[in-house]
Amino acid sequence: MNDKILSVSGRIFDIQRFSTHDGPGIRTIVFLKGCPLRCRWCCNPESQVYEIQEMLQKGKPKIIGRDVNVGEVLEEVLRDRPYYRRSGGGITLSGGECLWQPDFSVALLTACKENGLNTAIETTAFAEKEVIERFIPVVDLFLMDIKHTNSQKHEEFTTRPNEKILENARFIASRAKKLIIRVPVIPGVNDSEEEIGNIARFTASLPGVNEIHLLPYHQMGRDKYEGLGRPYLMGDVSSPSAEKMQTLLKVCEQHGLITRIGG
Amino acid sequence: MRTVYTEKIDKSPRIAALIEHLFANMPEIEADRAVLLTESYRKTEGLPIIIRRAKAFAHILENLPITIRPLELIVGSNSKAPRGCQVFPEYSYTWLQDEFDTVATRSADPFYISEETKETLRKVYPYWKGKTTSELATAYMAPEALAAIDHNIFTPGNYFYNGIGHVTVDYGKVLKIGFKGIEQEARDAMAKLKCSDQDYAKRHQFLEAVIISCEAVCKYAARYVELALNEAAKENGARKEELLKIAENCKRVPALGATSFYEACQSFWFVQMLLQTESSGHSISPGRFDQYMYPYFEADLDKGAITREFAQELIDCIWVKLNDLNKVRDAASAEGFAGYSLFQNLIVGGQDSSGRDVTNDISYMCMNATMHVSLPQPSFSVRVWNGTPHEFMLRAAEVTRTGVGLPAYYNDEVIIPSLQSRGLTLEDARDYNIIGCVEPQKAAKTDGWHDAAFFNMCRPLELVFSNGVDCGVQLGPKTGDVSEMKSFEEFYEAYKTQMNYFIELLVNADNAIDLAHADLCPLPFQSSMVEDCIGRGKSLQEGGAIYNFTGPQGFGIANMADALYAIKKLVFEEKSVSMKDFKEALENNYGKDMDPKQAEKLTTQVAKRLVENGKTITAEDVKNIYETVSRNNCNAEQKARYEALLDKIAELPKFGNDIPEVDSFARDVAYTYTRPLLNYRNPRGGQYQAGLYPVSANVPLGAQTGATPDGRLANTPVADGVSPAAGRDIKGPTAAANSVSKLDHYIASNGTLFNMKFHPSALAGAGGLESFVALVRGYFDQKGSHMQFNVVSRETLRDAQKNPEKYKSLVVRVAGYSALFTTLSRSLQDDIINRTEQGEF
Repeated sequence: MNDKILSVSGRIFDIQRFSTHDGPGIRTIVFLKGCPLRCRWCCNPESQVYEIQEMLQKGKPKIIGRDVNVGEVLEEVLRDRPYYRRSGGGITLSGGECLWQPDFSVALLTACKENGLNTAIETTAFAEKEVIERFIPVVDLFLMDIKHTNSQKHEEFTTRPNEKILENARFIASRAKKLIIRVPVIPGVNDSEEEIGNIARFTASLPGVNEIHLLPYHQMGRDKYEGLGRPYLMGDVSSPSAEKMQTLLKVCEQHGLITRIGG
Repeated sequence: MRTVYTEKIDKSPRIAALIEHLFANMPEIEADRAVLLTESYRKTEGLPIIIRRAKAFAHILENLPITIRPLELIVGSNSKAPRGCQVFPEYSYTWLQDEFDTVATRSADPFYISEETKETLRKVYPYWKGKTTSELATAYMAPEALAAIDHNIFTPGNYFYNGIGHVTVDYGKVLKIGFKGIEQEARDAMAKLKCSDQDYAKRHQFLEAVIISCEAVCKYAARYVELALNEAAKENGARKEELLKIAENCKRVPALGATSFYEACQSFWFVQMLLQTESSGHSISPGRFDQYMYPYFEADLDKGAITREFAQELIDCIWVKLNDLNKVRDAASAEGFAGYSLFQNLIVGGQDSSGRDVTNDISYMCMNATMHVSLPQPSFSVRVWNGTPHEFMLRAAEVTRTGVGLPAYYNDEVIIPSLQSRGLTLEDARDYNIIGCVEPQKAAKTDGWHDAAFFNMCRPLELVFSNGVDCGVQLGPKTGDVSEMKSFEEFYEAYKTQMNYFIELLVNADNAIDLAHADLCPLPFQSSMVEDCIGRGKSLQEGGAIYNFTGPQGFGIANMADALYAIKKLVFEEKSVSMKDFKEALENNYGKDMDPKQAEKLTTQVAKRLVENGKTITAEDVKNIYETVSRNNCNAEQKARYEALLDKIAELPKFGNDIPEVDSFARDVAYTYTRPLLNYRNPRGGQYQAGLYPVSANVPLGAQTGATPDGRLANTPVADGVSPAAGRDIKGPTAAANSVSKLDHYIASNGTLFNMKFHPSALAGAGGLESFVALVRGYFDQKGSHMQFNVVSRETLRDAQKNPEKYKSLVVRVAGYSALFTTLSRSLQDDIINRTEQGEF
């Protein structure tokens, strides 16, 4: 592998090994820092700004974010190669938004592919087509979020409209090896049968896409907001009930989609 | 070839009833065996010991009360009460006498003992004074070895107090030819002896002892025929038929070869149970049950003589019976082997002696049985190699997920070459099974002495700091004033010197015990089923087996790796702490109070001693003693300094996080124990080989260990087996497994133990099982030897909330992914606990 790739630098805030639900097999997830969206329910609020910042964790200040190069991340990712080999696993880039650090992300994914790993990214797809195009050859699985089909509502809850996102979904579907749509099911935002139905219809219309994951909202990120000194805008909204999720699952299945609750 | 039947088979309602009966009462100590043994010994004074042993065994089997428990299909119990136990004064007895009044109330493995039993035992015990193996072993030991034991450097307590056990006999042979067949083998061997042979007398006696034992076993089964017929006469209907069938079985086996699967099950059980009547040794391991039982099952199936459901029920019955056997240990040992465990290791899957995978129907039925019964026995294990069917792995993972902590996974790819390096033929190595906890050996050919001692690797390091002095005694060699040491190499050399010295003493102690067993407790019945005792005319205890080993286990590797690394970094490389300061901090337990449990124990000891010396003690006095022993009297300045040191230690990289530098250091540290041992030999003509596993002794022996330079406080547990120190592996299961795999598992041919904790949720769904299997496979690809899993319950999760420092590496599934439990927010932790309670995974 050439040294040029290995020396490309980027900004991440965590590497999590033995993850088993963001792509096939046992995976290592690299969390990148910086995201163009500000989803109200985001469970990784420390991922949102690109700047390195301080967050209180169990009362102790912790620096969030560090600059790394592809070589050092690759070294850690490859440590679990025996498990990838046995499970068909590999690397998943999450975030933050890896499309917003394209040089680093593409270099890292390229390096992983050269080492025979399965590659996946978790993305909002909120980026220019030219950027996405660079990812196509080095990504085995796109896990792409669709939060709402109504652009206005999308903007209200994520600060960005959705036209570009939906357009990119179609683009990725037509070019990528595999695309799975993921929907965070947020009470009061998109959890009606109609809203989920719309997303499912859109998903089913994407060429070659037949799988959707419904991810029930949880309060995981709540303490982090506190640690960052930010208000938690979701308040006491609780997770959608199991029955509700089952209903929504059926809605998606009616559109001929393989549907899973959870990742 | 027949396709392997892998489907699950339903559990019979009988099994739940058997289990309920078994656990209805607290286990009880019974005196019958001790009385019968003593009666026989009194009558055989002056005879050769091997004959005395055989006659005593025969006398016991002739008179030991026998019972058929309600609804049993497989019969034979060595106690009247379910889970009762007999005692074995020929090995040791004073401890039990001392514990008569506390054994029912102690925390680890309590047993009920009636006043009548106490009285009976008090009458027989005086006979045994001066006649036990433990007394003779003590007489054989060097004074330095006794001192080392006294100072808790190591403990050979297992074989010092008890029989050896730790064997897998030739069950297959008994199933095939019965004890009449074995008796005939002994007679044939006898016929070949020449009375002018130099060892004629000993060989002849041994063979005679085998014949007496075989006859005794046949008579014992005949007693069950009679009992079953009597019981049948009192019953009607289905139970009557069952009892008549039991009588019919016992009429044939184990005297003759089994002609059906049911008979094979009954024959197996008599062997398993009687081995534990002859001697108190634990870890009598059934071994490759799926292999020697399969031919009988297949033949019945071909004939249409058995249904899968009934065969499953019989296996389940055996599983229950394995929990019926019990053993009382002294209070200290009970803590080291907590859980009434007899470590009857039963293993399925793996290769045959020609290297083919031989997973079969019974392998899967054994998985079913472990799920059905959900009890600690048998210690259920699976063999894994590159040719193991994936489906088999998934089923094993499913069993793991139930949270019974079973099966344990063993790696053929490491164990086979490792055994070959110890002199086993390739064929024998491929046919290995596991004894007790994790110890590999070839069944029916080996006397492995696998659990020969616990060696605490932390204690020699303490002696480096004290120049060999412990509690005012010059216990170890003088390795110099530690604060004068100029380099890490010098320090490490001192550690090795201490290690080598105590390893030598450990060998002295084990060999002394070995000789005592050969002299006083040779076991003709057990020996009759291990090659080549009959051929050599020698008991197992005298070296009759083909392969002989002594395998004492070391533990505390993770602590020592982290500790030596801390010294290297902080004292010699960064020079941020002086050795003098480090020493002071250790002596003062880093300024911390004593562990409350330990303080409580120490208080009891002090109070007891005072009372013994005629002092009267008030509750107030006890409180004061407690305060004095537990309180750390360091001043604030000291405490602050020690705290700063602890912070520095905490910052250092630790074993278990996949950090190459630390891991290769740990590998080297393990060699300080595993390599020197290989130089020694035992009286049976075999080699020493190291194990790296602690059973549960890492807790009680940790309680006798001072603070260590890795930041571990005095009297707290040391790391278990080859696992990272508790709470220090924070990078998840793959990182921990990678670190552990960096140790040399081949050289620790007596077994290594790697414990991992998971929440059931981490294994949830088909994907969870797949990932779990990949984790095991990935670790084994990197040449780890053994892996076991604690799939923890919600109670544990609650405890983890209260004591997060103890559970830093606990894995749970959160929402679509797995995470370390203690890193999650309180609310999410609650959430997970709640979800577990609802079983919503």
